[in-house]
Amino acid sequence: MEQSWFMFILSAIIINNILLIRFLGNCPFLGVTTAMDSALGMSAACIFVNVLSGVLCWIFQKAVLDTLGLEYLQTLAFILIIAGLVQFVEMVVQKVSPALYRALGIYLPLITTNCMIFGVAVLNIREDYDFMHTVVYSIATALGFSLAMVIMAGIRERMAIANIPKLLDGVPLGLITAGMIGLTFYGLAGIS
Amino acid sequence: MGPIVIAIGAMGALGLALSVILGVASKVFYVYVDPRITQVADVLPGANCGGCGYAGCSDCAAAIVEGKAPVNACKAGGASVAEAVAGVLGVSAAAAEREVARIFCRGDNVKAERKFKYMGINDCRAAMLVSCGDKSCSYGCLGLGTCVANCPFGALSMGEDGLPKVDDEKCTACGTCVKVCPRHIPKVVPVSQKAASLCSSHDVGKLVKEICEAGCLGCGLCKKACPEKAIEIVKFLSVVDAKKCTGCGACFEKCPTGIIQSLVFTVV
Repeated sequence: MEQSWFMFILSAIIINNILLIRFLGNCPFLGVTTAMDSALGMSAACIFVNVLSGVLCWIFQKAVLDTLGLEYLQTLAFILIIAGLVQFVEMVVQKVSPALYRALGIYLPLITTNCMIFGVAVLNIREDYDFMHTVVYSIATALGFSLAMVIMAGIRERMAIANIPKLLDGVPLGLITAGMIGLTFYGLAGIS
Repeated sequence: MGPIVIAIGAMGALGLALSVILGVASKVFYVYVDPRITQVADVLPGANCGGCGYAGCSDCAAAIVEGKAPVNACKAGGASVAEAVAGVLGVSAAAAEREVARIFCRGDNVKAERKFKYMGINDCRAAMLVSCGDKSCSYGCLGLGTCVANCPFGALSMGEDGLPKVDDEKCTACGTCVKVCPRHIPKVVPVSQKAASLCSSHDVGKLVKEICEAGCLGCGLCKKACPEKAIEIVKFLSVVDAKKCTGCGACFEKCPTGIIQSLVFTVV
């Protein structure tokens, strides 16, 4: 870990943006960015779950998989943990904070199958991060995810009232926009 | 055999642990939800149009069950849904008359004058920002179809004359078009209303005559002709009271511009 914390966080948020450079979690990126409200809700829910799942998966990897020599079961185990975790979080939030449940509730089940959550859990292990790096990396990637979501939602809210040619309207233009934002972020690759 | 046993054991233990946690959590964090809310939500249309004033159909269902909203709170669903809801709750539904949206402007592309040629964003609300729209009439339909685009039931379509058309069969009177229209041209009226003055202009008759061939001049001939006294002139605009109107047709014959029309017999 020669990198400074600043560069580490900056890299996770912007330079290696999970959505636009690594292309993980593109389903909500196109699905829920038609309105700023839902994009923010999804982002908040993702930050929350990403950190929890990243940490839990890291602990499980170190405590169980590594000690028993079962690294090849990583995918299966992580999916189980994430799915269970999201279900658990949903129940707890519904009981403890109905207001938060109303805000995040509909996004939580979507996150169960979000590639970003699983991707970050795997990346934490693959990059051989220690516990602190795992926590910080999980938060930072989720922030990067939120950043991309908010940018996309802002652009799409404007496009909604624009006069768009029929053949581009909807998903095609969404994909073109995503590509252009991705190119912009790609221009920052030189910083690291 | 060793590694396989360990793998099966570890995954089995993980699965077991998670299922126990979830099982316990579902008891510990159990939130009582009135089962009737789900039942009511099932019979509501599920379009989440917001016509009832709640955030969505499930919200409305909760309000109905809690007694905050009447059983016929869902305007969009009409009488059949109100009956179904009443059936779930075991009460009787008071019959409410079905309503539909009507477009209160007849100033189409030919009849109404335009001040300038608008070439901006294809949305009435955006057009309103440019000198209050391109129609010379400051009350008339801008014809860019914001109501058509926002109708959750696909009941509105833009006619070739530049005015929206309402499909009575599909319209559920949810009121979305009334809300989105910057000039409030669509209005929700009882489906049985027999006559209406299809104009929204409160301008004086002389001005209306200059800029639109289909505007209400506020002359009051209809008011005099009406045997039921169902017509009032409100600021140079004739307004028909749906409750008093019998559809006798005396007003149609007298109206000099023909904007007082039968809503029931002619295709509007």
